[in-house]
Amino acid sequence: MAAESGKIDPMHQFRIEPLFGQDWSIAGHNIAFTNSALWMAVTFAALWGFMLMGMQRKLVPGRWQMAVESMTGFITNMMDTNIGPAGRRFVPWVFSLFMFILFANLLGMLPVALVGLHPFAVTAQLTVTGVLAVVSFAIVLVVGFAKHKLHFFSLFVPHGTPPVMVPLIFLVELLSFLVRPFSLGLRLFVAIMAGHILMEVLAGFVINGANADALWVFPVVSIPSFLLMIAITLLEILVSAIQAYVFALLTSLYLNDAINLH
Amino acid sequence: MDANAAKLLGAGLAAIGVGMAALGVGNVFGSFLEGALRNPGAADGQQGRLFIGFAAAELLGLLAFVVAMILLFVA
Repeated sequence: MAAESGKIDPMHQFRIEPLFGQDWSIAGHNIAFTNSALWMAVTFAALWGFMLMGMQRKLVPGRWQMAVESMTGFITNMMDTNIGPAGRRFVPWVFSLFMFILFANLLGMLPVALVGLHPFAVTAQLTVTGVLAVVSFAIVLVVGFAKHKLHFFSLFVPHGTPPVMVPLIFLVELLSFLVRPFSLGLRLFVAIMAGHILMEVLAGFVINGANADALWVFPVVSIPSFLLMIAITLLEILVSAIQAYVFALLTSLYLNDAINLH
Repeated sequence: MDANAAKLLGAGLAAIGVGMAALGVGNVFGSFLEGALRNPGAADGQQGRLFIGFAAAELLGLLAFVVAMILLFVA
């Protein structure tokens, strides 16, 4: 990529390209199988395999079953503490959300470029994270209106608000409520995209330093960059987990608002 | 000023916002650690709130990053 020109293009890794030709279409809509679709399918397959291996319901759980059970237990525990008993109904959604984001983040970090494949971080696309956030938000709205009917609007007026302040507080709370899907989707998308850009830029430093004409560039630029890149990669693995957790946590908090109001 | 130069300058200025968010995130974890060392028994129960504070502080820095990216690659 950067070796001959010396110019790094960190956005190239996010380009969505059809894998087997452009001409797949239904009723004029392009449905080409893209690298994004492939990595979502890989994520799904990995998740499916992980869960299936751990769901044999043995009386004495093996290591794999322990791994799966600690994941389910983690999410169930989070829902119990944040929502209470009513939260159990939403564990499947939040669990799927958490596991999909976690697996997609971690699979996007795989160094498969070493064997010539192009890794693709699915969660670095606003379309993907945006859809997840909008579905979460829609569930909150449906649950809120189904459970409380129009009383749901009392969510926007906290207890003890002075009557004079009610119109202003209502507007502010409504705005902060409506911004939620954007902040939810944007946070995950930008955090993953920023991490991948950072790693790409550092990788470009390493490669360009190794190809430089002056000999001193390699030890002065490339080796420190490479060490920094290892540290950043570890940080990104942590960020992958934290962002998946934050997404699930915020979804559970929004559900709590809808179920219990204030 | 040349429009392209202004774009690059704007992207550079947006990096200040990312640095400010670093202060915020550091403050969240630093304060948590300060409290957690005083009362380790209560620390585990507050991890959810820790990550909510982290998410809120981090989001604003990420927005500054988005502004920089829009200036560099979209605008």
